[in-house]
Amino acid sequence: MFVTTAPTAEKNRINKAERTAAPVLTGAEIFIESLVKEGVDTIFGYPGGALIGLYDYLYKNNQLRHLLVTHEQGGAHAADGYARATGKPGVVLVTSGPGATNTVTGIATAFMDSIPLLVFTGQVPSNMIGNDAFQEADILGITRPITKHSFLVRDVADLADTIHKAFHIAVTGRPGPVLVDLPKDMLAAKTTYFPSKNIDLPGYKPTVKGSFRQVRNAAGLLQSAKKPVIYVGGGAILSNAAKEVTEFARKLNAPVTTTLLGLGIFPETDDLSLGMLGMHGTWYANKAVDDCDLLIAIGARFDDRVTGNLKKFSPHSKKMQIDIDPSCIGKNVPVDLPIVGDIKTVLAELNTCVESCDSSEWLQEIAQWKIEHPLRYREIEGSLKPQQVIEALSKATKGNAIIASDVGQHQMWVAQWYQFTQPRSHLSSGGLGTMGFGVPAALGAQVGKPDRTVIGIVGDGGFQMTSMEIATAVRYNIPVKYVILNNGYLGMVRQWQQIFFDKRYSNTHLNPTNPDFKKLAESYGAFSLRVKNIEELHDAFDKMLAIDDRPVVLDVWVSPEENVFPMIPANGSFADILEGNE
Amino acid sequence: MKHTISLLVENSVGSLLRIAGMFSGRGFNIDSISVGASEEKGMSRMTIVTQGDDEIIEQINKQLHKCINVIKVFDLTQEAFVHRELALIKVKATQAERLEIMQIVEVFRAKIIDICPSGLTVETTGTEDKINAIISMLRPFGLKEVSRTGRIAVKRDFQGSVN
Repeated sequence: MFVTTAPTAEKNRINKAERTAAPVLTGAEIFIESLVKEGVDTIFGYPGGALIGLYDYLYKNNQLRHLLVTHEQGGAHAADGYARATGKPGVVLVTSGPGATNTVTGIATAFMDSIPLLVFTGQVPSNMIGNDAFQEADILGITRPITKHSFLVRDVADLADTIHKAFHIAVTGRPGPVLVDLPKDMLAAKTTYFPSKNIDLPGYKPTVKGSFRQVRNAAGLLQSAKKPVIYVGGGAILSNAAKEVTEFARKLNAPVTTTLLGLGIFPETDDLSLGMLGMHGTWYANKAVDDCDLLIAIGARFDDRVTGNLKKFSPHSKKMQIDIDPSCIGKNVPVDLPIVGDIKTVLAELNTCVESCDSSEWLQEIAQWKIEHPLRYREIEGSLKPQQVIEALSKATKGNAIIASDVGQHQMWVAQWYQFTQPRSHLSSGGLGTMGFGVPAALGAQVGKPDRTVIGIVGDGGFQMTSMEIATAVRYNIPVKYVILNNGYLGMVRQWQQIFFDKRYSNTHLNPTNPDFKKLAESYGAFSLRVKNIEELHDAFDKMLAIDDRPVVLDVWVSPEENVFPMIPANGSFADILEGNE
Repeated sequence: MKHTISLLVENSVGSLLRIAGMFSGRGFNIDSISVGASEEKGMSRMTIVTQGDDEIIEQINKQLHKCINVIKVFDLTQEAFVHRELALIKVKATQAERLEIMQIVEVFRAKIIDICPSGLTVETTGTEDKINAIISMLRPFGLKEVSRTGRIAVKRDFQGSVN
């Protein structure tokens, strides 16, 4: 198709006419206008001095739904949960200084997991920047290593374009958080609202389509494999490639293992599913990766929790890797066949030329391993095992709930025992491992997905880091559910202390000083139950799943010294796998 | 191995900080970094000299490409390129020593650009080796101050063999 462009003089004339007709708005109005134009419906925020003018416009304008969170960290995690569940970017609005610094953990969490997040921070007026003014912090400097990019608005005339650039950067390529610092005077100043039609970022052109030659080469390599394993990470979910991954696996007839962040990309109920791999992955997933002759990494970055000792990781295989970020390729593990591109696009192309490989013997071998080394735990009369709780929840929700987990043992039990069937249903801080993520992330997911059941599964330690966001859920009648797997310990650290430090439980015992979680939840206005055995558990799940007008908190007392197995100790290899004696 | 990487970057304070921060945050070396305006409006050219094995250099190049302020990345090391560094050297000089210093300066084809009763300021341009050499020669007289730019480099347009 030919695209004819008007001569420059003509274009300038039109531009000038349009500019004259454009309205004059304040920075605050332009901010709202630009967000609406980006399709934003919800922002998570917390007001303050630098933003008070903007909040006045939010009061008068009902185009954006603003949810007042209880702590800015919670706001950032909630926006992150919203983004993970919906696929749309999450938006956070906080004031300068402490408001901005409180979002740092949330930004770093989103950065490590490549979550598109827009963080708008108030800033002291331009002429006071650098003077150590009240509530001033150099948030651009503080967040430089944990943002994909950041902007300081120095001229209100640039505000609209800057916001559109920020959204573009956050959601395209390998997504990530982008911060925009808004000095107070920029929000009050007036200018002609005349945003550019195109986004001009000469240094930013992510590769979407895979190289034709590499895709052809890949098809050849795939056909010759006898023992392939497909290893899928969070990148495939970010690319919305569940359909393409499933088609690829079925066509090639190869088993699929996922990382923590890849859970849900391929139905775990499928025979080809190996569940999760890595430190607490299934025995058979790790065995398959150890034995395979071709490892196909899709949107996964060979993280140390997956590979353990790099020298001994998947020693007999050729490696193929598809990723949109070239810097992820060959960073930890040398790759024989890289394809840089968007996973959905590359796989769609690859699927047109891939045929079934000769994997029948390999699949039989794997089926045998699944029988010999299943995930397991021992039920004990009169006590609740945490795995049992997750398994029961998986059944009660038919694997269809959105589960946000926090960080620690319960996170691994969720990954092992909840059978995810759809993408964007498992929300977890994989890269940064942020305790305190679960409560606000579940809240944000429920806001973005009001029709889904959203359950935050948290430990008693992490719950207390951000439990105040229950106040937010009550404030807006958000029916998000929480299941606290309460074992009275910082369980994952305690497990390491038990195995590697001769049971010296240094600073990991939380009982008996834990609060009464039921009373705590009730005091916020949530519905709450305490659960101590399997009968109470089933009853509590029934009640919890029936409530749709307020948050629910279940305080589930589980056996205190249960461990997560299998386990490959840090920097170990498959040969070091511990299966436990439970 | 030593690599010379030339970057075209957006002309902003943020660019320099982002690039320097990426190097320190990821544990890469910077031997020198030098930056100034380029031929394009609003763009700076930055020359970074760094060291590392092939995998590290590959990561450095990829990570530089990822910086949104960075428009172009050229690892010059693979190609023929010319590079120079400039140094200003303030050296102590008694009246008796001046002549000797001026001879050294002449041998290195450097220039004396300032003079005072107690010393001289020498300007020299060349490769790092040459600058190291002249500094070594002047050190015995007493160095008052040395200021070096770090390497700047451009690709040779003629890449073929000269013979």
